[in-house]
Amino acid sequence: MLARIRAFFTERAVMEVETPILSRHAVTDPALQSLRIEPGGTGTARWLHTSPEFPMKRLLAAGSGPIYQVCKVFRDDERGHRHHPEFTLLEWYRPGFTLRQLMDEVAALVRYVLDHLGHRPKLAEERIGYRELFRSRLVLDPWSASLAARRSAAIGLGVPGAAQLDLDADGWLDLLLSHCLEPDLGRDGMTFVYDYPPSQAALARIRSGVFPAAERFELYVDGMELANGFQELTDAAEQRHRFEQDLEQRRSRNLAAVPMDPELLDALAAGMPETAGVALGLDRLLMVAIGARHIDQVLAFPVERA
Amino acid sequence: MATYKTNEFKGGLKIMLDGDPYSIVENEFVKPGKGQAFNRVKIKNLKTGRVVERTFKSGDSVEAADVMDTELQYLYNDGELWHFMDQTTFEQLTADANAVGEAAKWIKEQDICSVTLYNGEPLSVEAPNFVVLQITETDPGLKGDTSGGGGKPATLETGAVVNVPLFVQIDELIKVDTRTGSYVSRAREE
Repeated sequence: MLARIRAFFTERAVMEVETPILSRHAVTDPALQSLRIEPGGTGTARWLHTSPEFPMKRLLAAGSGPIYQVCKVFRDDERGHRHHPEFTLLEWYRPGFTLRQLMDEVAALVRYVLDHLGHRPKLAEERIGYRELFRSRLVLDPWSASLAARRSAAIGLGVPGAAQLDLDADGWLDLLLSHCLEPDLGRDGMTFVYDYPPSQAALARIRSGVFPAAERFELYVDGMELANGFQELTDAAEQRHRFEQDLEQRRSRNLAAVPMDPELLDALAAGMPETAGVALGLDRLLMVAIGARHIDQVLAFPVERA
Repeated sequence: MATYKTNEFKGGLKIMLDGDPYSIVENEFVKPGKGQAFNRVKIKNLKTGRVVERTFKSGDSVEAADVMDTELQYLYNDGELWHFMDQTTFEQLTADANAVGEAAKWIKEQDICSVTLYNGEPLSVEAPNFVVLQITETDPGLKGDTSGGGGKPATLETGAVVNVPLFVQIDELIKVDTRTGSYVSRAREE
């Protein structure tokens, strides 16, 4: 699979890069927990990356052109049928690409890899907006529905224990997406969900309009999320603002305080080209290729036996 | 008060929910691509035995239930309560009919039972998987029938009724599987 991926990018003149796994800074996203280590007991903290996004963007700002990386990433507290605290990510960036073009390329790569493995030839493909997805399948507008409406939708759809949950507006959407919608996404094919609520922009650009949308997509195959892509945020001031919002959220949720990455902010300030970027979980792609139901089936030694 | 975070969830963990002790049967971590993660669990109410599903926000804490499994010796029944003894501390504990449940049909004095304690009190009692009991009442069997084809009801010393082969007679000892309530074989006094 790795040889196939490298051939795909070589043919398209995308350069393979390596960036540090261990960093002086950490991702601020409250939903991502970085593993913290103290090399040599120096009392100086370092963090294992949760994705190579920040240093790869620094390369883009330095004029690297299109780049990709295959690397191990680490996420604390993530363990389940589809989650493992250490996993392999394929991440790539396409300066000058629109999100639509990047979705085309993601679909091409997935087909290129899966066709070769012979198990899932000619996967069908569909694309649906996040808002349309919620409106058509749950009769709920994720932009405007009240907290009470989100809650009663979850209860009405039979999410066990929904009545006892205390969630914010995005929390309810996350619950509905992961419990009620995801199982049907990408059934026997690829489903791209795009244009997310602005509150879930993460590192994506927000397009203004009547319904402003985060220019972001996720790819689902067999009811499992495989990839997440952004029209990358290139505005340093906006990026700093989001970091600060994240850190504020972390404080209010009693999550570990982490240092934001000033190098990324400097790189954005120096100028990063308009870029579309995506991260794709290779363990999960392999799960799809062989029809595995548990991530342990594609790992040599799961964390409990590592 | 002890608590467990969702990342400590695993099968067998005992937690408190809505005032009742529960045991986690199954735990699944669910997370959208970005955003809030959830722990979806199957849990068993240790009082009623009912299994239900619940969804927790990952990172939340849940109160731990003061529940432990232990082996106790059954001493006697005083007509209302069942008395048990811890064989190492010789401490005596009593269990009511609700806690003893089905096990009442199978246990007799001296039996070692698996007892689940909640706040130090018996919550549920499990009979040993196999017990040897004497038949106190059954129809006389047909002489010479050793095949066991067909069967007949037999009342045991504890009051339980099991189906036994025709050749098994009154006063005989039989071995019973308490999980299915079925006859296993004839037995000798141990």
